[in-house]
Amino acid sequence: MLDNLGNRFQEIFKKVRGNGVLNESNIKDALKEVRLALLEADVNYKVVKEFVGKVKEKAVGETVLKGINPAQQFIKIVHDELVELLGGTNARLTKANKPPTIIMLAGLQGAGKTTFAAKLAKFLKKKGEKPYLVGADIYRPAAMKQLQVLGESIGVGVFTIEGSQDAVKICEEGITKSKEEHATYIILDTAGRLHIDENLMDELKEIKKMARPQEILLVVDAMTGQDAVNVASKFNETLNIDGVVVTKLDGDARGGAALSIKAVSGKPIKFIGVGEKLEDIELFHPDRLASRILGMGDVVSLVEKA
Amino acid sequence: FRSVSKDGLFGKIKTLFSGRSIIDEEMYEELEDLLIQSDIGMDMTLKIVKKLEEKVKELKIKEPEKVYDILKEVMKEFLIREDTELKLDRKGLNVILVVGVNGVGKTTTIGKLASKFVKEGKKVVIGAGDTFRAAAIEQLEEWAKRANAEIIKHSQGADPGAVVFDTLKAAENREADIAIIDTAGRLHNKNNLMVELEKINKIIKKHLGEGVFYESLLVIDGTTGQNGLTQAKVFNEVTDLTGFVVTKLDGTAKGGIIFSVSEEIKKPIKFIGVGEGIEDLRKFNVDEYINAIFE
Ligand SMILES: Nc1nc2c(ncn2[C@@H]2O[C@H](COP(=O)(O)OP(=O)(O)OP(=O)(O)O)[C@@H](O)[C@H]2O)c(=O)[nH]1
Ligand SMILES: Nc1nc2c(ncn2[C@@H]2O[C@H](COP(=O)(O)OP(=O)(O)OP(=O)(O)O)[C@@H](O)[C@H]2O)c(=O)[nH]1
Ligand SMILES: [Mg+2]
Ligand SMILES: [Mg+2]
Repeated sequence: MLDNLGNRFQEIFKKVRGNGVLNESNIKDALKEVRLALLEADVNYKVVKEFVGKVKEKAVGETVLKGINPAQQFIKIVHDELVELLGGTNARLTKANKPPTIIMLAGLQGAGKTTFAAKLAKFLKKKGEKPYLVGADIYRPAAMKQLQVLGESIGVGVFTIEGSQDAVKICEEGITKSKEEHATYIILDTAGRLHIDENLMDELKEIKKMARPQEILLVVDAMTGQDAVNVASKFNETLNIDGVVVTKLDGDARGGAALSIKAVSGKPIKFIGVGEKLEDIELFHPDRLASRILGMGDVVSLVEKA
Repeated sequence: FRSVSKDGLFGKIKTLFSGRSIIDEEMYEELEDLLIQSDIGMDMTLKIVKKLEEKVKELKIKEPEKVYDILKEVMKEFLIREDTELKLDRKGLNVILVVGVNGVGKTTTIGKLASKFVKEGKKVVIGAGDTFRAAAIEQLEEWAKRANAEIIKHSQGADPGAVVFDTLKAAENREADIAIIDTAGRLHNKNNLMVELEKINKIIKKHLGEGVFYESLLVIDGTTGQNGLTQAKVFNEVTDLTGFVVTKLDGTAKGGIIFSVSEEIKKPIKFIGVGEGIEDLRKFNVDEYINAIFE
């Protein structure tokens, strides 16, 4: 499967040779393949349309370089454009002028927020920071317990109020407690919710208003389909998020939803989750995800070398 | 991109047909676009549209508005109508194994199912086969309590196979009607975890006797894109599924991936999840589902 797209491009560009020029007619089929590949990768339909338009604009009129074939050149154009779309200017976590830095997590049910909260705590702890976890999921059975178990396993403090009905209050008291403990980072884990659930979206707004976090991260499952755009725009509208975390990239989903989310929200992807264990967290690399979305790792590095 | 409708993409299908006077290539292309936007996938979309075109020609339909109802019929035909009910009529213990990738809603669905059976007067035992995820056991315990079902558990980190064995044994000792087994979420490309699932199946088979039927349900998140098909294929190879549960259909995603899953695996969807509450489980009904997504 992996190199299929590459092979198809080779086939398509057979007639174009060195010093030939890419034009509308000879890239037409190639653009169709790109469209298909992106749709198969779950990139939102409208995002695909816009993207293909951009690639066309970039490719038409390019002279094929000596030494590489037109297929490779076209791939490079597509790939570079994808990297640019995926890449953010600032993928770092914002730090508070004076510690603690408060990071708030939000997202749909089961996306991987609680796991990521613990992963991030572990990641920060390794860097010499003192993170603290606050569990504000008052709905899901044993959600607080889950965070406690995870916190304990990495030696990070966890604050929750068992049986509480008030997520905002948990966050408020959690922040106070974390400050007493001289935490440098406070991570707020919230309950999973649907973007169309007005009450629960309001709860997030309230938490934000009270906590005034430096970072609000939207946690998204890499397997999400076309609806990712609706989810991202609604969370972004409600919270004005600062970044995105894409989880479960250890699976074989191509992860096109990430591109959709970046496109609709304009917010950078900051971390990825690559497993269930707490060390399975990585900084985001746009070039790797670009190759993955296209379903071709090797072809690109080949071009890079040429 | 911000203009994506909140009314759901299928809602636009009606306007697509009612807002035009002739049936032409453009209409079909627009339909394709709408279907793709609901996670139906390229291959499946082309299949649906091709079938639709054939039917429209065959029936000599000239009014776009009439195409709407035919599309509904065509799409219905791709879903499986047989065995959408769970088969739990075995004298003695009936077993339901619940599997799926991480976070799709397995444990929650088990809680809902258990509650439903208990209300129907059945004796239900739940097995806490997820010994991996933090507080997975406590989560299931809470659901068992809500449902008034019994739970069999070991401690975190224990061998899930042993939990399954003990669950079946305990269920039989207590003359339970139904045993439902929760499993840890696992991505289908993790070989070791799929082997573990194979073992669990072997234990069930050995216990029930070779050839004795049990339900093996794959839970699919309704917001899943094209990966849902791969999930279905691989899980079906390892556990020989008897059906699917599609969760989180209370959101705006409508689970379009189930068309290619049904087409490929030819097994029924048995339930859908429409919320986080204990009552938020519906029997899957092809007609209702199609009507709901076309609303
Ligand atoms: N394979 C894999 N599994 C993950 C990853 N991140 C989280 N998970 C798993 O996904 C499932 C859900 O994770 P949680 O952290 O509970 O998700 P959540 O968003 O907090 O869920 P809710 O609180 O119910 O909304 C668990 O089984 C996790 O182990 C990842 O990067 N890879
Ligand atoms: N909105 C909605 N949420 C659901 C539905 N079913 C489950 N959930 C939520 O999805 C999240 C994950 O559900 P779980 O039952 O823990 O999923 P799981 O498959 O057991 O997860 P792992 O064991 O971690 O793999 C929880 O927050 C549930 O409340 C549903 O039908 N609708
Ligand atoms: Mg959680
Ligand atoms: Mg579970």
